[in-house]
Amino acid sequence: MSAAPQDAAPLLKVEGLRQHYGGRGLFGRGDVVRAVEDVSFEIRRGETLGLVGESGSGKSTLGRALLRATVPTAGRITFGGEDITAWTAGRLRALRPRMQMIFQDPFSSLNPRMTVGGIVAAPLVIQRQGLDRAARRARVIEALATVGLPERAADRYPHEFSGGQRQRIGIARALVMAPDFLVADEPVSALDVSIQAQVVNLLMEVRRRLSLTMLFISHDLAVVGHVCDRVAVMYLGRIVEIADTRSLFSGPRHPYTEALFAAVPIPDPTLRRPRVLLDGDLPSPLAPPSGCAFRGRCRHALPACAAAVPPLRAVGPGHFAACIRDDIALAAPVAA
Amino acid sequence: MTDAPLAPPRRLAALLSRRPAAGRARSGALHRFLRHRLAVAGLAAIALMLLACWLGPLLIPYDQLFIDIRHRFAGPFAGPHVFGTDQLGRDLLVRLLMAGRISLTIGFAAMALSTAVGTAIGLVAGYRGGLVGAALMRCVDAVLCFPSVFLLLALAAFIRPNVVTITLIIAATGWMEVARVVQGQIRTLKARDFTLAAELMGASGFYVMTNELLRNAVGPIIVAATLTVARAILAEAYVSFLGYGIQAPVASWGNMLNNAQQYLGSAPWLAIFPGLMITVAVASFNFVGDGLRDALDARVEL
Repeated sequence: MSAAPQDAAPLLKVEGLRQHYGGRGLFGRGDVVRAVEDVSFEIRRGETLGLVGESGSGKSTLGRALLRATVPTAGRITFGGEDITAWTAGRLRALRPRMQMIFQDPFSSLNPRMTVGGIVAAPLVIQRQGLDRAARRARVIEALATVGLPERAADRYPHEFSGGQRQRIGIARALVMAPDFLVADEPVSALDVSIQAQVVNLLMEVRRRLSLTMLFISHDLAVVGHVCDRVAVMYLGRIVEIADTRSLFSGPRHPYTEALFAAVPIPDPTLRRPRVLLDGDLPSPLAPPSGCAFRGRCRHALPACAAAVPPLRAVGPGHFAACIRDDIALAAPVAA
Repeated sequence: MTDAPLAPPRRLAALLSRRPAAGRARSGALHRFLRHRLAVAGLAAIALMLLACWLGPLLIPYDQLFIDIRHRFAGPFAGPHVFGTDQLGRDLLVRLLMAGRISLTIGFAAMALSTAVGTAIGLVAGYRGGLVGAALMRCVDAVLCFPSVFLLLALAAFIRPNVVTITLIIAATGWMEVARVVQGQIRTLKARDFTLAAELMGASGFYVMTNELLRNAVGPIIVAATLTVARAILAEAYVSFLGYGIQAPVASWGNMLNNAQQYLGSAPWLAIFPGLMITVAVASFNFVGDGLRDALDARVEL
């Protein structure tokens, strides 16, 4: 875990971000998917924020919105002190080298018809850095070396590499511009368990070497606990709990976080722990339930939970949770 | 068609697949193409036809326009005129080959034009999507609604026919299929992460379309283009047969058929040979298109 100074200025600040889809059909019909709903947080310079939640909770949408891959429906994104919410593509272009992304699927994120050298050099070409062929090649080889790939990899095609190697190529592409901020969208979920550790360690090493700020999206709490300084938990487009990793792992304050922890397998068959099983599925983001979106699956739900969306409120130093109940004792994971 | 080209494909493929890594994906496709016997035969037939049409007339001691009334309706495979002569005593073989030049030129030129237009429209429609994409694709649907033969004839009736205008007319009725194929292909490719990756590097729409998307759609475009050649040759034959296309005395396979109608009973070879040429050319291009479709199917190796 990198030690980010608590008082460092935020590199990225998000206020009331909303990302809705649909509802704008040719004849104005269609349902609105509220993929991200009223999300606010900040990431300090040099910090790694984990973003966890089950599939469909809006993690990836949020990550893409931060990089302005989409036009947010509402809210504000401030990057390096500048409000980039409404920037045009042309204006964002100059900012792109500073913010990059690593993708989940190493098979769809690399163009199968380009050589690895071409893929890694693409940011340099697109950003028109005025480098000649030899200089570009040198930068590519340097980036490949950073991720532990040999020079000869540059002349090969992606289909000649394994999933873990492809993910390294994706990381090299993200690093070739020396970014400040990296969104890693489930960078290891598609990999074999044996390869996951290698890629996670690689990410942690380049983060230290390049003093990167990172948003690390994952549904694997063990990895998040290992990599991140702080963790935000998302449920149905909203952040329901955000805290320092240690604080969250030692005392979750939202029933959903507790349920997520309970789902993490522990490699000790003799251990007995209270099971918190979640019934049902994520509600539809087309028609979210009133009040707390989690109340339908929550064993602590009260009638009051349906009244209003509970706001995030401080429950400890740097620890925020969106639950109205203070009186419940939630189980912390054993391996905190 | 001979079956000579069927023998050596395996050795040829082995030879070509020994190229270095960069060519591996392509030579795998080559290998699959060479296993497709009809396609190889088609390719050989096309090559033979091109060679014959461009070199043949130089070797035959007759001019396609030379009239020799004394030897009119000479039968084929007897005497100095190998394929016989027509009602004016013109040598049929040399006319067939000269007509082939025109028909094949129109076929390839119309293919190039309609592929270029169709690719551009499909690319923009598929990448932009939304209102722009919907508008472009509805234009494609609208043009497809016209029965193309009538559209061809209507256009041809207004324009003075020559090789250039006929090519333009045929291209105008043939670009929609390519546009649809490309649009569909681009839409699936656009959903893949490498497109987003390029956009997040600050790439312009033009860069993403040409550098990231188009090169992944090359296979289907080549297939569609090949089939378009077959259709263009057929379209030229229709129009010329109906008298709106290439005008006498210049020969095209279509107007030779038109000519032959009156003598179908007395001199059937006048119809059989041009008909055979059209059949062989169209079938060959279709076979090659089929073979390419199998060979370039990206699912096999990506």
